[in-house]
Amino acid sequence: MTQKRFNALPGFGLTMGFTLVYLSALVLVPFGGLLIRSCGLSWGDFWRLATTDRALAAYRLTFGASLAAATANAVFGTLLAWVLVRYEFPGRRLIDALVDFPFALPTAVAGLTLSSLFAGNGWLGCFLVPLGIHGAYTVLGVVIALTFVGMPFTVRTLQPVLEALEREVEEAAATLGAGRLRTFTNVIAPSLAPAILTGFALAFARAIGEYGSVVFISGNQPFKTEIAPYLIYMRLEEYDYAGAIALAVVLLVFSFLLLGAINLLEQWAGKFEA
Amino acid sequence: MSGETVIIRRKAGVKPSPRGTEESPVVKWLLISVALGFCFVFLLLPLANVFAQALARGWRYYWASLADPDSWAAIRLTLLVAAITVPLNVVFGLAAAWAIAKFQFRGKSLLITLIDLPFSVSPVVAGLMFVVLFGLQGFFGRWLDAHNLQIIFAVPGIVLATVFVTFPFVARELIPVMQATGTEQEQAALTLGANGWQTFWHVTLPSVKWGLLYGVILCNARAMGEFGAVSVVSGHIAGQTVTMPLQVEKLYNEYNGPAAFAVASLLAVLALVTLAIKTLLEWKQAHDYRRAQAAAAGEPALR
Repeated sequence: MTQKRFNALPGFGLTMGFTLVYLSALVLVPFGGLLIRSCGLSWGDFWRLATTDRALAAYRLTFGASLAAATANAVFGTLLAWVLVRYEFPGRRLIDALVDFPFALPTAVAGLTLSSLFAGNGWLGCFLVPLGIHGAYTVLGVVIALTFVGMPFTVRTLQPVLEALEREVEEAAATLGAGRLRTFTNVIAPSLAPAILTGFALAFARAIGEYGSVVFISGNQPFKTEIAPYLIYMRLEEYDYAGAIALAVVLLVFSFLLLGAINLLEQWAGKFEA
Repeated sequence: MSGETVIIRRKAGVKPSPRGTEESPVVKWLLISVALGFCFVFLLLPLANVFAQALARGWRYYWASLADPDSWAAIRLTLLVAAITVPLNVVFGLAAAWAIAKFQFRGKSLLITLIDLPFSVSPVVAGLMFVVLFGLQGFFGRWLDAHNLQIIFAVPGIVLATVFVTFPFVARELIPVMQATGTEQEQAALTLGANGWQTFWHVTLPSVKWGLLYGVILCNARAMGEFGAVSVVSGHIAGQTVTMPLQVEKLYNEYNGPAAFAVASLLAVLALVTLAIKTLLEWKQAHDYRRAQAAAAGEPALR
Protein backbone atom coordinates (compact mmCIF):
# COMPACT_ATOMS: atom_id res chain seq x y z
CA MET A 1 0.00 0.00 0.00
CA THR A 2 1.26 3.41 -0.86
CA GLN A 3 1.15 5.98 1.88
CA LYS A 4 -2.18 7.77 1.89
CA ARG A 5 -1.54 11.51 1.86
CA PHE A 6 -3.44 13.53 4.35
CA ASN A 7 -5.30 16.36 2.70
CA ALA A 8 -7.66 18.46 4.75
CA LEU A 9 -8.78 20.73 1.93
CA PRO A 10 -12.49 20.56 1.28
CA GLY A 11 -14.36 20.73 -1.99
CA PHE A 12 -12.84 17.89 -3.96
CA GLY A 13 -16.21 16.24 -4.54
CA LEU A 14 -17.91 19.49 -5.52
CA THR A 15 -15.21 20.80 -7.90
CA MET A 16 -14.45 17.41 -9.41
CA GLY A 17 -18.15 16.71 -9.91
CA PHE A 18 -18.72 20.07 -11.55
CA THR A 19 -15.63 19.67 -13.73
CA LEU A 20 -16.75 16.26 -14.98
CA VAL A 21 -20.36 17.35 -15.62
CA TYR A 22 -19.30 20.50 -17.46
CA LEU A 23 -16.63 18.66 -19.44
CA SER A 24 -19.05 15.91 -20.41
CA ALA A 25 -21.87 18.25 -21.40
CA LEU A 26 -19.77 20.61 -23.48
CA VAL A 27 -16.95 18.50 -24.87
CA LEU A 28 -17.50 14.77 -24.49
CA VAL A 29 -21.16 14.63 -25.56
CA PRO A 30 -20.54 16.68 -28.76
CA PHE A 31 -17.57 14.44 -29.55
CA GLY A 32 -19.64 11.34 -28.86
CA GLY A 33 -22.45 12.59 -31.07
CA LEU A 34 -20.13 13.03 -34.01
CA LEU A 35 -18.56 9.64 -33.35
CA ILE A 36 -21.93 7.84 -33.19
CA ARG A 37 -23.11 9.54 -36.37
CA SER A 38 -19.91 8.55 -38.18
CA CYS A 39 -20.38 4.95 -37.02
CA GLY A 40 -23.82 5.11 -38.64
CA LEU A 41 -22.09 5.32 -41.99
CA SER A 42 -21.08 2.03 -43.59
CA TRP A 43 -17.37 1.69 -44.34
CA GLY A 44 -18.06 1.86 -48.09
CA ASP A 45 -20.14 5.02 -47.75
CA PHE A 46 -17.55 6.61 -45.50
CA TRP A 47 -14.76 5.83 -47.95
CA ARG A 48 -16.76 7.14 -50.91
CA LEU A 49 -17.69 10.39 -49.12
CA ALA A 50 -14.24 10.99 -47.65
CA THR A 51 -12.34 10.37 -50.88
CA THR A 52 -14.30 12.23 -53.57
CA ASP A 53 -12.05 14.01 -56.06
CA ARG A 54 -13.02 17.35 -54.57
CA ALA A 55 -12.19 16.11 -51.06
CA LEU A 56 -8.82 14.73 -52.19
CA ALA A 57 -7.97 18.07 -53.79
CA ALA A 58 -8.97 19.82 -50.56
CA TYR A 59 -6.78 17.54 -48.40
CA ARG A 60 -3.86 18.04 -50.75
CA LEU A 61 -4.19 21.81 -50.48
CA THR A 62 -4.75 21.77 -46.71
CA PHE A 63 -1.79 19.51 -45.95
CA GLY A 64 0.51 20.97 -48.60
CA ALA A 65 -0.15 24.59 -47.66
CA SER A 66 0.07 23.78 -43.94
CA LEU A 67 3.40 22.05 -44.50
CA ALA A 68 4.74 25.01 -46.48
CA ALA A 69 3.51 27.47 -43.85
CA ALA A 70 4.93 25.44 -40.96
CA THR A 71 8.28 25.23 -42.77
CA ALA A 72 8.31 28.99 -43.34
CA ASN A 73 7.50 29.44 -39.64
CA ALA A 74 10.25 27.04 -38.58
CA VAL A 75 12.80 29.10 -40.55
CA PHE A 76 11.60 32.63 -39.79
CA GLY A 77 10.34 31.74 -36.32
CA THR A 78 13.78 30.39 -35.34
CA LEU A 79 15.44 33.47 -36.79
CA LEU A 80 13.03 35.81 -35.01
CA ALA A 81 13.38 33.99 -31.68
CA TRP A 82 17.19 34.10 -32.03
CA VAL A 83 17.21 37.81 -32.79
CA LEU A 84 14.81 38.60 -29.93
CA VAL A 85 16.78 36.58 -27.36
CA ARG A 86 20.35 37.31 -28.41
CA TYR A 87 20.44 40.87 -29.73
CA GLU A 88 19.61 44.30 -28.39
CA PHE A 89 18.09 46.68 -30.91
CA PRO A 90 15.58 49.51 -30.87
CA GLY A 91 12.00 48.26 -30.77
CA ARG A 92 12.92 44.81 -29.49
CA ARG A 93 10.39 44.77 -26.66
CA LEU A 94 7.64 46.05 -28.95
CA ILE A 95 8.31 43.31 -31.50
CA ASP A 96 8.50 40.76 -28.70
CA ALA A 97 5.05 41.80 -27.48
CA LEU A 98 3.65 41.90 -31.04
CA VAL A 99 4.67 38.29 -31.77
CA ASP A 100 1.43 37.19 -30.09
CA PHE A 101 -0.62 39.52 -32.28
CA PRO A 102 -1.68 36.78 -34.76
CA PHE A 103 -2.87 34.76 -31.77
CA ALA A 104 -4.89 37.63 -30.32
CA LEU A 105 -6.30 38.91 -33.62
CA PRO A 106 -9.60 37.31 -34.66
CA THR A 107 -8.94 35.11 -37.69
CA ALA A 108 -11.58 36.87 -39.78
CA VAL A 109 -9.74 40.17 -39.35
CA ALA A 110 -6.43 38.51 -40.23
CA GLY A 111 -7.88 37.09 -43.43
CA LEU A 112 -9.54 40.37 -44.34
CA THR A 113 -6.44 42.51 -43.90
CA LEU A 114 -4.05 40.01 -45.54
CA SER A 115 -6.26 39.61 -48.61
CA SER A 116 -6.48 43.39 -48.93
CA LEU A 117 -2.70 43.77 -48.52
CA PHE A 118 -1.90 41.27 -51.27
CA ALA A 119 -4.73 42.18 -53.68
CA GLY A 120 -3.74 44.06 -56.85
CA ASN A 121 -4.47 47.47 -55.32
CA GLY A 122 -3.13 46.62 -51.84
CA TRP A 123 -0.01 47.99 -50.18
CA LEU A 124 2.02 44.88 -51.04
CA GLY A 125 0.02 43.70 -54.03
CA CYS A 126 0.71 46.87 -56.00
CA PHE A 127 4.40 45.88 -56.01
CA LEU A 128 4.02 42.11 -56.17
CA VAL A 129 1.22 41.64 -58.72
CA PRO A 130 3.16 43.40 -61.55
CA LEU A 131 5.98 40.90 -60.80
CA GLY A 132 3.52 38.06 -61.29
CA ILE A 133 3.24 37.25 -57.56
CA HIS A 134 -0.44 36.90 -56.76
CA GLY A 135 -0.94 36.68 -53.01
CA ALA A 136 -4.72 36.96 -52.99
CA TYR A 137 -7.17 34.28 -54.19
CA THR A 138 -4.36 31.78 -54.90
CA VAL A 139 -2.63 28.85 -53.20
CA LEU A 140 0.11 31.29 -52.20
CA GLY A 141 -2.56 33.27 -50.36
CA VAL A 142 -3.52 30.18 -48.35
CA VAL A 143 0.14 29.71 -47.38
CA ILE A 144 0.44 33.39 -46.40
CA ALA A 145 -2.62 33.21 -44.13
CA LEU A 146 -1.46 29.96 -42.52
CA THR A 147 2.04 31.38 -41.96
CA PHE A 148 0.49 34.38 -40.22
CA VAL A 149 -1.63 32.35 -37.80
CA GLY A 150 1.16 29.84 -37.06
CA MET A 151 3.93 32.34 -36.38
CA PRO A 152 3.56 32.73 -32.57
CA PHE A 153 3.82 28.98 -32.06
CA THR A 154 7.40 28.53 -33.31
CA VAL A 155 8.71 31.75 -31.79
CA ARG A 156 7.17 31.13 -28.37
CA THR A 157 8.33 27.49 -28.31
CA LEU A 158 11.91 28.47 -29.11
CA GLN A 159 12.37 31.56 -26.95
CA PRO A 160 12.58 29.82 -23.54
CA VAL A 161 14.89 27.14 -24.97
CA LEU A 162 17.22 29.77 -26.40
CA GLU A 163 17.21 31.69 -23.12
CA ALA A 164 18.15 28.54 -21.21
CA LEU A 165 20.94 27.63 -23.62
CA GLU A 166 24.28 27.66 -21.80
CA ARG A 167 26.73 30.13 -23.28
CA GLU A 168 29.61 28.17 -21.74
CA VAL A 169 29.15 25.41 -24.30
CA GLU A 170 29.52 27.91 -27.13
CA GLU A 171 32.55 29.44 -25.42
CA ALA A 172 34.06 25.99 -25.15
CA ALA A 173 33.50 25.39 -28.85
CA ALA A 174 35.07 28.75 -29.67
CA THR A 175 38.04 28.02 -27.41
CA LEU A 176 38.52 24.74 -29.21
CA GLY A 177 38.84 26.68 -32.44
CA ALA A 178 35.38 26.34 -33.98
CA GLY A 179 34.22 29.27 -36.04
CA ARG A 180 30.86 30.83 -35.32
CA LEU A 181 29.14 28.98 -38.17
CA ARG A 182 30.60 25.65 -37.10
CA THR A 183 29.56 26.32 -33.49
CA PHE A 184 26.06 27.02 -34.73
CA THR A 185 25.68 23.95 -36.92
CA ASN A 186 27.45 21.50 -34.58
CA VAL A 187 26.62 22.81 -31.12
CA ILE A 188 23.63 25.15 -31.10
CA ALA A 189 21.45 23.68 -33.85
CA PRO A 190 21.35 20.13 -32.41
CA SER A 191 20.16 21.38 -29.02
CA LEU A 192 17.53 23.57 -30.68
CA ALA A 193 16.29 20.85 -33.03
CA PRO A 194 13.65 19.30 -30.72
CA ALA A 195 12.16 22.73 -29.97
CA ILE A 196 12.17 23.72 -33.65
CA LEU A 197 10.41 20.45 -34.52
CA THR A 198 7.85 20.98 -31.74
CA GLY A 199 7.18 24.51 -32.94
CA PHE A 200 6.88 23.24 -36.50
CA ALA A 201 4.38 20.57 -35.43
CA LEU A 202 2.32 23.06 -33.38
CA ALA A 203 2.17 25.50 -36.31
CA PHE A 204 1.29 22.63 -38.64
CA ALA A 205 -1.51 21.40 -36.35
CA ARG A 206 -2.92 24.90 -36.08
CA ALA A 207 -2.79 25.35 -39.87
CA ILE A 208 -4.63 22.07 -40.62
CA GLY A 209 -7.76 23.21 -38.80
CA GLU A 210 -7.55 26.90 -39.65
CA TYR A 211 -10.63 28.34 -41.30
CA GLY A 212 -11.32 32.03 -40.67
CA SER A 213 -8.18 33.61 -42.05
CA VAL A 214 -8.06 31.36 -45.13
CA VAL A 215 -11.61 31.78 -46.43
CA PHE A 216 -11.04 35.51 -47.00
CA ILE A 217 -7.78 35.25 -48.91
CA SER A 218 -8.16 31.96 -50.83
CA GLY A 219 -11.21 32.63 -52.99
CA ASN A 220 -12.45 29.09 -52.14
CA GLN A 221 -12.49 27.71 -55.68
CA PRO A 222 -13.27 23.96 -55.70
CA PHE A 223 -10.26 21.84 -56.77
CA LYS A 224 -8.01 24.91 -56.68
CA THR A 225 -8.06 26.98 -53.51
CA GLU A 226 -10.62 25.15 -51.39
CA ILE A 227 -9.33 23.92 -48.02
CA ALA A 228 -10.80 20.87 -46.23
CA PRO A 229 -12.54 22.82 -43.41
CA TYR A 230 -14.25 24.99 -46.05
CA LEU A 231 -15.46 21.88 -47.89
CA ILE A 232 -17.00 20.65 -44.60
CA TYR A 233 -18.76 24.00 -44.36
CA MET A 234 -20.03 23.70 -47.94
CA ARG A 235 -21.33 20.16 -47.32
CA LEU A 236 -23.29 21.49 -44.33
CA GLU A 237 -24.70 24.32 -46.42
CA GLU A 238 -25.95 21.64 -48.85
CA TYR A 239 -27.47 19.74 -45.87
CA ASP A 240 -25.15 16.84 -46.76
CA TYR A 241 -24.54 15.81 -43.14
CA ALA A 242 -22.96 12.46 -44.02
CA GLY A 243 -20.46 14.12 -46.35
CA ALA A 244 -19.56 16.73 -43.72
CA ILE A 245 -19.15 14.11 -41.00
CA ALA A 246 -16.91 11.87 -43.15
CA LEU A 247 -14.58 14.79 -43.88
CA ALA A 248 -14.63 15.90 -40.25
CA VAL A 249 -13.60 12.42 -39.08
CA VAL A 250 -10.61 12.44 -41.46
CA LEU A 251 -9.52 15.85 -40.10
CA LEU A 252 -10.06 14.76 -36.48
CA VAL A 253 -8.06 11.55 -36.90
CA PHE A 254 -5.23 13.54 -38.41
CA SER A 255 -5.36 16.15 -35.62
CA PHE A 256 -5.14 13.45 -32.97
CA LEU A 257 -2.21 11.72 -34.65
CA LEU A 258 -0.47 15.08 -34.74
CA LEU A 259 -1.33 15.72 -31.08
CA GLY A 260 0.27 12.38 -30.16
CA ALA A 261 3.36 13.25 -32.18
CA ILE A 262 3.61 16.64 -30.45
CA ASN A 263 3.40 15.00 -27.02
CA LEU A 264 6.22 12.61 -27.94
CA LEU A 265 8.28 15.51 -29.29
CA GLU A 266 7.78 17.50 -26.10
CA GLN A 267 8.92 14.53 -24.02
CA TRP A 268 11.97 14.24 -26.23
CA ALA A 269 12.66 17.97 -25.97
CA GLY A 270 12.24 17.73 -22.19
CA LYS A 271 15.10 15.23 -22.06
CA PHE A 272 17.39 17.78 -23.68
CA GLU A 273 16.57 20.41 -21.10
CA ALA A 274 17.33 18.15 -18.16
CA MET B 1 36.96 38.18 -22.35
CA SER B 2 38.20 40.26 -19.43
CA GLY B 3 39.00 43.96 -19.69
CA GLU B 4 42.65 43.19 -19.15
CA THR B 5 43.05 41.17 -22.34
CA VAL B 6 41.39 43.94 -24.31
CA ILE B 7 43.93 46.42 -22.99
CA ILE B 8 46.83 44.10 -23.71
CA ARG B 9 45.56 43.54 -27.23
CA ARG B 10 45.03 47.21 -27.83
CA LYS B 11 48.58 47.90 -26.66
CA ALA B 12 49.87 45.22 -29.00
CA GLY B 13 47.96 46.82 -31.86
CA VAL B 14 45.77 43.77 -32.37
CA LYS B 15 42.19 44.51 -33.47
CA PRO B 16 39.71 43.05 -31.01
CA SER B 17 38.22 40.11 -32.85
CA PRO B 18 34.54 39.39 -32.20
CA ARG B 19 34.01 37.22 -29.18
CA GLY B 20 33.84 33.55 -29.92
CA THR B 21 30.22 33.48 -28.88
CA GLU B 22 29.03 36.38 -30.97
CA GLU B 23 28.39 36.79 -34.63
CA SER B 24 30.25 39.44 -36.58
CA PRO B 25 28.33 42.75 -36.69
CA VAL B 26 27.56 42.22 -40.39
CA VAL B 27 25.90 38.85 -39.77
CA LYS B 28 24.16 40.20 -36.69
CA TRP B 29 22.59 43.15 -38.48
CA LEU B 30 21.73 41.00 -41.48
CA LEU B 31 19.81 38.61 -39.22
CA ILE B 32 18.12 41.50 -37.43
CA SER B 33 17.03 43.09 -40.70
CA VAL B 34 15.61 39.84 -42.10
CA ALA B 35 13.71 39.25 -38.85
CA LEU B 36 12.44 42.83 -38.78
CA GLY B 37 11.45 42.59 -42.44
CA PHE B 38 9.42 39.48 -41.65
CA CYS B 39 7.74 41.27 -38.72
CA PHE B 40 7.07 44.30 -40.88
CA VAL B 41 5.26 42.27 -43.56
CA PHE B 42 3.48 39.85 -41.24
CA LEU B 43 2.76 41.98 -38.16
CA LEU B 44 2.95 45.72 -38.68
CA LEU B 45 1.54 46.03 -42.21
CA PRO B 46 -1.55 43.87 -41.57
CA LEU B 47 -2.24 45.85 -38.39
CA ALA B 48 -1.75 49.27 -39.96
CA ASN B 49 -3.78 48.21 -43.00
CA VAL B 50 -6.85 47.46 -40.84
CA PHE B 51 -7.01 51.04 -39.61
CA ALA B 52 -5.99 52.62 -42.90
CA GLN B 53 -8.74 50.77 -44.79
CA ALA B 54 -11.31 51.40 -42.06
CA LEU B 55 -10.71 55.14 -42.33
CA ALA B 56 -10.27 55.16 -46.12
CA ARG B 57 -13.52 57.09 -46.55
CA GLY B 58 -13.07 59.27 -43.51
CA TRP B 59 -14.28 59.32 -39.95
CA ARG B 60 -17.87 60.11 -40.83
CA TYR B 61 -18.21 56.99 -42.98
CA TYR B 62 -16.42 55.01 -40.26
CA TRP B 63 -18.92 56.00 -37.56
CA ALA B 64 -21.84 55.56 -39.95
CA SER B 65 -20.65 51.99 -40.71
CA LEU B 66 -20.52 51.16 -37.02
CA ALA B 67 -23.88 52.78 -36.36
CA ASP B 68 -25.55 50.73 -39.09
CA PRO B 69 -28.33 48.72 -37.35
CA ASP B 70 -26.94 45.32 -38.44
CA SER B 71 -23.38 46.14 -37.39
CA TRP B 72 -24.60 47.58 -34.10
CA ALA B 73 -26.65 44.42 -33.49
CA ALA B 74 -23.55 42.33 -34.24
CA ILE B 75 -21.53 44.33 -31.70
CA ARG B 76 -24.21 43.80 -29.05
CA LEU B 77 -24.48 40.08 -29.81
CA THR B 78 -20.71 39.62 -29.56
CA LEU B 79 -20.67 41.39 -26.18
CA LEU B 80 -23.59 39.23 -25.01
CA VAL B 81 -21.92 35.98 -26.10
CA ALA B 82 -18.66 36.94 -24.37
CA ALA B 83 -20.57 38.00 -21.24
CA ILE B 84 -22.12 34.51 -21.00
CA THR B 85 -19.13 32.48 -22.17
CA VAL B 86 -16.32 33.99 -20.10
CA PRO B 87 -17.99 33.65 -16.65
CA LEU B 88 -18.99 30.05 -17.45
CA ASN B 89 -15.43 29.13 -18.36
CA VAL B 90 -14.07 31.03 -15.34
CA VAL B 91 -16.23 29.00 -12.95
CA PHE B 92 -15.20 25.82 -14.75
CA GLY B 93 -11.54 26.84 -14.79
CA LEU B 94 -11.52 27.55 -11.05
CA ALA B 95 -13.28 24.27 -10.24
CA ALA B 96 -11.06 22.20 -12.51
CA ALA B 97 -7.87 23.85 -11.29
CA TRP B 98 -8.87 23.36 -7.64
CA ALA B 99 -9.58 19.66 -8.17
CA ILE B 100 -6.48 19.05 -10.31
CA ALA B 101 -3.93 21.20 -8.49
CA LYS B 102 -4.87 20.59 -4.86
CA PHE B 103 -5.66 16.87 -4.89
CA GLN B 104 -4.08 13.63 -6.04
CA PHE B 105 -6.22 11.20 -7.98
CA ARG B 106 -6.00 8.63 -10.70
CA GLY B 107 -6.50 9.71 -14.30
CA LYS B 108 -5.33 13.28 -13.69
CA SER B 109 -3.27 13.47 -16.86
CA LEU B 110 -6.17 12.01 -18.86
CA LEU B 111 -8.44 14.73 -17.44
CA ILE B 112 -5.93 17.44 -18.43
CA THR B 113 -5.74 15.98 -21.94
CA LEU B 114 -9.53 16.00 -22.23
CA ILE B 115 -9.69 19.63 -21.08
CA ASP B 116 -7.17 20.56 -23.81
CA LEU B 117 -9.10 18.62 -26.45
CA PRO B 118 -11.02 21.58 -27.96
CA PHE B 119 -7.68 23.20 -28.93
CA SER B 120 -6.90 20.39 -31.36
CA VAL B 121 -10.24 20.47 -33.15
CA SER B 122 -10.80 22.57 -36.25
CA PRO B 123 -13.38 25.30 -35.47
CA VAL B 124 -15.58 24.10 -38.32
CA VAL B 125 -15.59 20.56 -36.90
CA ALA B 126 -16.47 22.01 -33.47
CA GLY B 127 -19.47 23.76 -34.98
CA LEU B 128 -20.43 20.59 -36.85
CA MET B 129 -20.55 18.67 -33.54
CA PHE B 130 -23.29 20.95 -32.27
CA VAL B 131 -25.20 20.75 -35.55
CA VAL B 132 -25.07 16.95 -35.24
CA LEU B 133 -26.51 17.18 -31.72
CA PHE B 134 -29.07 19.96 -32.04
CA GLY B 135 -29.68 20.48 -35.77
CA LEU B 136 -33.00 19.55 -37.34
CA GLN B 137 -31.57 16.20 -38.49
CA GLY B 138 -29.58 15.87 -35.26
CA PHE B 139 -30.04 13.68 -32.17
CA PHE B 140 -32.20 16.15 -30.26
CA GLY B 141 -33.52 17.98 -33.34
CA ARG B 142 -37.02 16.47 -33.39
CA TRP B 143 -37.51 16.89 -29.66
CA LEU B 144 -36.34 20.51 -29.72
CA ASP B 145 -38.56 21.24 -32.71
CA ALA B 146 -41.58 19.69 -31.00
CA HIS B 147 -41.00 21.89 -27.96
CA ASN B 148 -40.39 24.96 -30.10
CA LEU B 149 -36.84 25.35 -28.86
CA GLN B 150 -34.12 26.49 -31.20
CA ILE B 151 -30.41 26.07 -30.52
CA ILE B 152 -28.85 25.86 -33.98
CA PHE B 153 -29.26 29.03 -36.05
CA ALA B 154 -29.97 30.86 -32.79
CA VAL B 155 -28.06 32.51 -29.95
CA PRO B 156 -27.81 29.37 -27.70
CA GLY B 157 -25.93 27.53 -30.45
CA ILE B 158 -23.52 30.44 -30.85
CA VAL B 159 -22.90 30.44 -27.08
CA LEU B 160 -22.36 26.65 -27.02
CA ALA B 161 -19.90 26.74 -29.93
CA THR B 162 -18.03 29.66 -28.33
CA VAL B 163 -17.86 27.93 -24.94
CA PHE B 164 -16.43 24.86 -26.69
CA VAL B 165 -13.63 26.65 -28.51
CA THR B 166 -12.68 28.78 -25.45
CA PHE B 167 -13.08 25.88 -23.02
CA PRO B 168 -9.41 25.29 -22.05
CA PHE B 169 -8.13 28.88 -21.71
CA VAL B 170 -8.87 29.69 -18.03
CA ALA B 171 -8.28 26.17 -16.68
CA ARG B 172 -4.98 25.94 -18.54
CA GLU B 173 -3.63 29.19 -17.05
CA LEU B 174 -4.88 28.39 -13.53
CA ILE B 175 -3.70 24.78 -13.12
CA PRO B 176 0.08 25.50 -13.11
CA VAL B 177 -0.36 28.61 -10.92
CA MET B 178 -2.43 26.72 -8.33
CA GLN B 179 0.03 23.81 -8.42
CA ALA B 180 2.91 26.19 -7.78
CA THR B 181 1.28 27.79 -4.72
CA GLY B 182 0.77 24.40 -3.08
CA THR B 183 -1.72 23.72 -0.28
CA GLU B 184 0.12 24.93 2.84
CA GLN B 185 -1.56 28.34 2.98
CA GLU B 186 -5.01 26.82 2.61
CA GLN B 187 -4.24 24.23 5.29
CA ALA B 188 -3.13 27.04 7.60
CA ALA B 189 -6.32 29.02 6.98
CA LEU B 190 -8.44 25.95 7.69
CA THR B 191 -6.49 25.26 10.89
CA LEU B 192 -7.18 28.82 12.01
CA GLY B 193 -10.89 28.16 11.69
CA ALA B 194 -11.79 29.46 8.23
CA ASN B 195 -14.35 27.45 6.33
CA GLY B 196 -13.86 26.18 2.78
CA TRP B 197 -15.40 29.18 1.02
CA GLN B 198 -13.54 31.69 3.19
CA THR B 199 -10.30 29.90 2.45
CA PHE B 200 -11.04 29.99 -1.26
CA TRP B 201 -12.04 33.68 -1.32
CA HIS B 202 -9.38 35.07 0.98
CA VAL B 203 -6.42 32.75 0.41
CA THR B 204 -6.61 30.90 -2.91
CA LEU B 205 -8.22 33.51 -5.14
CA PRO B 206 -5.82 36.37 -4.22
CA SER B 207 -2.82 34.12 -4.87
CA VAL B 208 -3.98 33.15 -8.36
CA LYS B 209 -5.61 36.43 -9.40
CA TRP B 210 -3.01 37.37 -12.04
CA GLY B 211 -3.11 33.94 -13.62
CA LEU B 212 -6.89 34.14 -13.60
CA LEU B 213 -6.86 37.56 -15.26
CA TYR B 214 -4.46 36.23 -17.90
CA GLY B 215 -6.80 33.33 -18.68
CA VAL B 216 -9.82 35.64 -18.74
CA ILE B 217 -8.37 38.07 -21.29
CA LEU B 218 -7.27 35.23 -23.60
CA CYS B 219 -10.66 33.53 -23.26
CA ASN B 220 -12.44 36.82 -23.92
CA ALA B 221 -10.37 37.64 -27.00
CA ARG B 222 -11.10 34.25 -28.51
CA ALA B 223 -14.79 34.38 -27.52
CA MET B 224 -15.28 37.73 -29.23
CA GLY B 225 -13.23 36.79 -32.27
CA GLU B 226 -14.34 33.20 -32.95
CA PHE B 227 -15.35 32.78 -36.56
CA GLY B 228 -15.36 29.19 -37.86
CA ALA B 229 -17.39 27.42 -35.16
CA VAL B 230 -19.86 30.29 -34.86
CA SER B 231 -20.21 30.54 -38.63
CA VAL B 232 -21.38 26.91 -38.82
CA VAL B 233 -24.09 27.22 -36.14
CA SER B 234 -25.21 30.81 -36.69
CA GLY B 235 -27.45 30.63 -39.77
CA HIS B 236 -26.34 34.21 -40.58
CA ILE B 237 -29.68 35.91 -39.82
CA ALA B 238 -28.94 39.62 -40.12
CA GLY B 239 -29.47 41.55 -36.91
CA GLN B 240 -30.13 38.37 -34.92
CA THR B 241 -27.42 35.70 -35.13
CA VAL B 242 -24.56 37.61 -36.76
CA THR B 243 -21.60 38.29 -34.47
CA MET B 244 -18.90 40.86 -35.26
CA PRO B 245 -16.56 38.48 -37.14
CA LEU B 246 -19.53 37.20 -39.18
CA GLN B 247 -20.59 40.78 -39.90
CA VAL B 248 -17.06 41.44 -41.19
CA GLU B 249 -17.46 38.52 -43.61
CA LYS B 250 -20.94 39.63 -44.67
CA LEU B 251 -19.84 43.18 -45.46
CA TYR B 252 -16.76 41.87 -47.27
CA ASN B 253 -18.92 39.59 -49.44
CA GLU B 254 -21.14 42.58 -50.21
CA TYR B 255 -18.02 44.41 -51.49
CA ASN B 256 -18.38 46.98 -48.72
CA GLY B 257 -14.69 47.00 -47.79
CA PRO B 258 -14.55 50.15 -45.67
CA ALA B 259 -17.52 49.02 -43.54
CA ALA B 260 -16.02 45.51 -43.15
CA PHE B 261 -12.76 47.11 -42.01
CA ALA B 262 -14.62 49.46 -39.67
CA VAL B 263 -16.09 46.50 -37.76
CA ALA B 264 -12.75 44.67 -38.07
CA SER B 265 -10.94 47.67 -36.56
CA LEU B 266 -12.89 47.22 -33.32
CA LEU B 267 -11.73 43.60 -33.17
CA ALA B 268 -8.15 44.70 -33.91
CA VAL B 269 -8.36 47.18 -31.00
CA LEU B 270 -9.58 44.30 -28.83
CA ALA B 271 -6.53 42.27 -29.90
CA LEU B 272 -4.19 45.18 -29.09
CA VAL B 273 -5.76 45.73 -25.66
CA THR B 274 -5.47 41.99 -24.98
CA LEU B 275 -1.79 42.08 -25.95
CA ALA B 276 -1.15 45.15 -23.81
CA ILE B 277 -2.70 43.57 -20.70
CA LYS B 278 -0.87 40.32 -21.39
CA THR B 279 2.47 42.09 -21.72
CA LEU B 280 1.88 44.11 -18.54
CA LEU B 281 1.02 40.93 -16.63
CA GLU B 282 4.19 39.26 -17.88
CA TRP B 283 6.35 42.23 -16.90
CA LYS B 284 4.70 42.33 -13.49
CA GLN B 285 5.36 38.63 -13.05
CA ALA B 286 9.03 39.03 -13.99
CA HIS B 287 9.31 42.03 -11.64
CA ASP B 288 7.71 40.13 -8.73
CA TYR B 289 9.99 37.19 -9.40
CA ARG B 290 13.12 39.37 -9.29
CA ARG B 291 11.93 41.00 -6.08
CA ALA B 292 11.25 37.64 -4.47
CA GLN B 293 14.71 36.44 -5.49
CA ALA B 294 16.35 39.57 -4.14
CA ALA B 295 14.44 39.18 -0.87
CA ALA B 296 15.45 35.52 -0.66
CA ALA B 297 19.08 36.51 -1.17
CA GLY B 298 18.80 38.88 1.79
CA GLU B 299 19.27 41.98 -0.32
CA PRO B 300 17.00 44.95 0.08
CA ALA B 301 14.10 44.92 -2.39
CA LEU B 302 14.75 46.90 -5.55
CA ARG B 303 11.82 49.20 -5.07
